[in-house]
Amino acid sequence: MNMLTEAAVEKALDQKMNTVPYKMIGQDVSVYYGEKRALFDVKLNIRENTVTALIGPSGCGKSTFLRSLNRMNDTIDSCRVTGKITLDGQDIYDPDIDVVELRARVGMVFQKPNPFPKTIYENVAYGPRIHGLAKSKADMDQIVELSLQRAGLWNEVKDRVHEAGTGLSGGQQQRLCIARAVAVSPEVILMDEPCSALDPIATAKVEELIHELRENYTIVIVTHSMQQAARVSQRTAMFHLGNLVEENDTDKMFTNPDDPRTQDYIMGRFG
Amino acid sequence: MASTHIFSAYDDDLKFLSRRISEMGGLAEQMVSDAVRALVNGDTALAQKVISDDVILDHAEREIGDKAIVTIARRQPMAADLREIMGSIRIAADLERVGDLGKNTAKRVIAVQSAGVPRKLARGLEHLSELALVQLKEVLDVYTSRAADKAKSIRERDEEIDAMYTSLFREMLTYMMEDPRNITSCTHLLFCAKNIERIGDHATNIAETIYYMATGAQPEGERPKDDTANTVGAVTE
Repeated sequence: MNMLTEAAVEKALDQKMNTVPYKMIGQDVSVYYGEKRALFDVKLNIRENTVTALIGPSGCGKSTFLRSLNRMNDTIDSCRVTGKITLDGQDIYDPDIDVVELRARVGMVFQKPNPFPKTIYENVAYGPRIHGLAKSKADMDQIVELSLQRAGLWNEVKDRVHEAGTGLSGGQQQRLCIARAVAVSPEVILMDEPCSALDPIATAKVEELIHELRENYTIVIVTHSMQQAARVSQRTAMFHLGNLVEENDTDKMFTNPDDPRTQDYIMGRFG
Repeated sequence: MASTHIFSAYDDDLKFLSRRISEMGGLAEQMVSDAVRALVNGDTALAQKVISDDVILDHAEREIGDKAIVTIARRQPMAADLREIMGSIRIAADLERVGDLGKNTAKRVIAVQSAGVPRKLARGLEHLSELALVQLKEVLDVYTSRAADKAKSIRERDEEIDAMYTSLFREMLTYMMEDPRNITSCTHLLFCAKNIERIGDHATNIAETIYYMATGAQPEGERPKDDTANTVGAVTE
């Protein structure tokens, strides 16, 4: 077989993508807010060390699904989740699961940067401290430095780690939040429109960061920007009115999607 | 897909591109038909018109290229829109080449005129150009309708033009061998026949591009070819 034929290359890529294990599996996931049903039997698998983007119009359920992945929906009284979501094969809604530990393994970064009203150092150290991850001060110093490096922030703040986190720019604050999430050694990082509040340069820095983080973490990102989804993700899932319309390889999704609803949405057309 | 863009100016951008392509196509068709008629009738005035018309196509191709780039920068097109815009760049290039081939044919009218074009060869050339013009006309219709199946069948018919060209090639060799005084004009006519065969190829390129624009996939299989002129006269053991 001629290794350079288009078919051969595509097949190799397909095989590569299809052999990536699933970090999280969603089976027939439905979510209700009181009587209102927000998600309808969603089947979505999240591949390991992959960036999966969730896109769709406002109110389609993408953020609801994201929050189900680390049980943030538990904080909403009227919210009920049915179906099954597993992390490394283990049901995360099992009553034996320690939710606090789950949220360390599956971390979250929100749309509006929300650093604690503490120093930069304390922002990052807080999580490891309550999880007992550092044995000594030197240990903690190392965790903080490594997390800030991983978030691409260390060089900018190394001389002022004991200053207030809120004194940073918007983009820096968001990267501080990412450092905070990374500090507790998560396996999955969930991001809910992490760049909506940021200027284009800060956005590009965060996107570059996401690209680097992929090596060590599994990332799921909700975004309103098609272009961002196209830039940062390898897989994209399109939601509409609580249904998963299509889940596909990102390159295919944005050049030749399977479903006409996906095509209309990404092309900015009326259905 | 009957839906329109929410941002309607986007539709206007795309309509501009497809209108310019249709205009280019119409002019290219006219140029090819005129060039062959000028050749067969020794009509130097008509040939001159074809030569000067070519600059319009060159200008149109550049305009389409510029507009396509601006549309890409402005709209960040996706999926079918993206294929549409890339397709118009390709089709504009193919149509510009068709114009060049017509111009090249028209330029040879003077050289051929002195010896005249033998009746039989003239008929052969006219027939060849009719086939090519039908391909061109149909592919421009398919550009408007985006009928993927029709595009595929146009691609498959290119064989006929190739076969006709090969047989004309042989005929011209015969003429040249019969009488050396025919060599100059037959050589020019050979180039003209090759030009027309290439025009058929460009029509097929356009058909393949339209298929891709409509479906997002390349048509299956190798393009059918019956141009064996490159082995005519070869000695085989």
